[in-house]
Amino acid sequence: MEPSLVTSIGKIQLERPVMLASGILGISLDVFNRLYRSGAGAVVSKSLSTEPWDGYPNPTIFSVNGGGWINAVGLSNPGAPNFAKMIESNNDVPIVISLVGSIPEDFEMMVKQFKNCKVTAYELNLSCPHVAKVGLEVGDDPELVKKIVSTVKNSTDVPVIAKVGLGTTHYLNTVNAAIESGIDAITAINTIRAMAIDVETQRPILSNKFGGLSGTPIKHVALRCVYEISSKYNIPIIGCGGISTWEDAVEFILAGSSAIQLGSAIGDNWIHVFNDINQGILQYMKRKGYSNINEMIGLAKKS
Amino acid sequence: MQRNHNHTKICIVEKVIDETPTVRTLIFTDDVLSTVLPGQFAMVWIPGINELPMSVMISQESGKAAFTVRRHGSASTGLFNVQVGQQIGVRGPYGNSFDLKQGKLLLVGGGTGLVPMMRLLTFVKPDDDVTVLIGAKSKNEVFFEDLTNNLLKNNTHRVIVTTDDGTYGEKGFVTSMVEKLVNENHFDGVYTCGPEIMMYKTVQLAHSKGLFVQASLERMMKCGVGICGSCCVGEDLVCRDGTVFNGDHLLSNKEFGHSHRNKAGILENY
Repeated sequence: MEPSLVTSIGKIQLERPVMLASGILGISLDVFNRLYRSGAGAVVSKSLSTEPWDGYPNPTIFSVNGGGWINAVGLSNPGAPNFAKMIESNNDVPIVISLVGSIPEDFEMMVKQFKNCKVTAYELNLSCPHVAKVGLEVGDDPELVKKIVSTVKNSTDVPVIAKVGLGTTHYLNTVNAAIESGIDAITAINTIRAMAIDVETQRPILSNKFGGLSGTPIKHVALRCVYEISSKYNIPIIGCGGISTWEDAVEFILAGSSAIQLGSAIGDNWIHVFNDINQGILQYMKRKGYSNINEMIGLAKKS
Repeated sequence: MQRNHNHTKICIVEKVIDETPTVRTLIFTDDVLSTVLPGQFAMVWIPGINELPMSVMISQESGKAAFTVRRHGSASTGLFNVQVGQQIGVRGPYGNSFDLKQGKLLLVGGGTGLVPMMRLLTFVKPDDDVTVLIGAKSKNEVFFEDLTNNLLKNNTHRVIVTTDDGTYGEKGFVTSMVEKLVNENHFDGVYTCGPEIMMYKTVQLAHSKGLFVQASLERMMKCGVGICGSCCVGEDLVCRDGTVFNGDHLLSNKEFGHSHRNKAGILENY
């Protein structure tokens, strides 16, 4: 029997375990449709704010020598109200809405915008490392995380995911605060705060100076985090960080991920990467005799 | 060692040419960008100011490349103001290129959209019969006419300049001339780059006559590598799928000729 790629992240069921990560290509419903046709199990929107944000001036991205990227796009997005209007017509694509804000009221207002939309889940951005007063600065404050998660959970029946990253507070404290407040799943991890300097002009390359490091350089850090979270908590996890091949995806599943997200790999290998990874996972499942993803989740913890 | 095209290379601007009061060409030495294909672009960093996508202009000297920029927003004005001896960073080339047919060709360019048209002209075969339309608002905005004639000196060719106000060449919109030409002639390939409404009408006119037509699109770009999504047109990403698209594909895209996205990703009408 052909193995199945269907996976469950708690109450969220996806046809395929490979998702588009937030921040990547996420502003047009037409592009979402294309990514879904190309093999994405779900797409996560850019992190939406209560109002439109332009983001930072260019340069907003830097290619790391040897692999990976540093970006400081600055959470540019059309704002939750505009975005909600755009996806109202969507029936086909599983869309996860990423939200970014500073206070519980921001998130409450944004969730209301999507009352006429088909939303697979909300993902709270508690981890963007390059914008003040949101993202990682929120994630670093577990008390604020509790208030935000409780508020969102009380505002919607749709599953809510917290995306965590490496800030000044131990990320497991953030995970713990989110779980205590009823979060449905954790995405780990976001990009890691970083910078690049040009030696000829002797200045930081990114206009914001600091950005977030993604791609292969952070894969094994992200993998460690997924393993730690799944060892300590009984919570569905979406692995994210430097995944670019089916082997990477399987590693994250074996560490305890129910699904994985791709971002940087699209810049390196373009949209075919979704199907390539899906096919690779399928071949691996056939070879190892697994019939569904669930049988593989967290297997690396057995020893 | 081969250069990683995603890594910014610092170049020194060696020469600046004033094309019009608002358009300048900056020439620099770079082997990689000197040989790009027509339609490809580079991300150009003006240190301390901004980074923007630029079609790569030809230079008359081997090993050199150029950017022809119109002073417009903060980034393009920053590039426009770069002086000889100053440093700029370049990464790329990115994007695809025109599929150049042989025979009777029509090129339609407006403003700095002429840049990929000039590079395309360096690829035409001696037997090709080439018509180039240059559209401008007014006489003081016309540039690259002499260069076009020079590049085509060994070909059967025509260069027609139109100005909206009639102060130079033929009076009227360049697309009126496109209409006249495609009604009276068969072309084996039609190529266009410039303001989107001009490209939209050119593509429509050529397509209605069953002609092969391609356009090179411009959109707001942040990353240039298919990550940020800023340059999407419908389901296409200009940086990865373009910049060059076939006319029939474009006419099936509901955003082409109608709307583009701003920095926040909100659709705005032309």
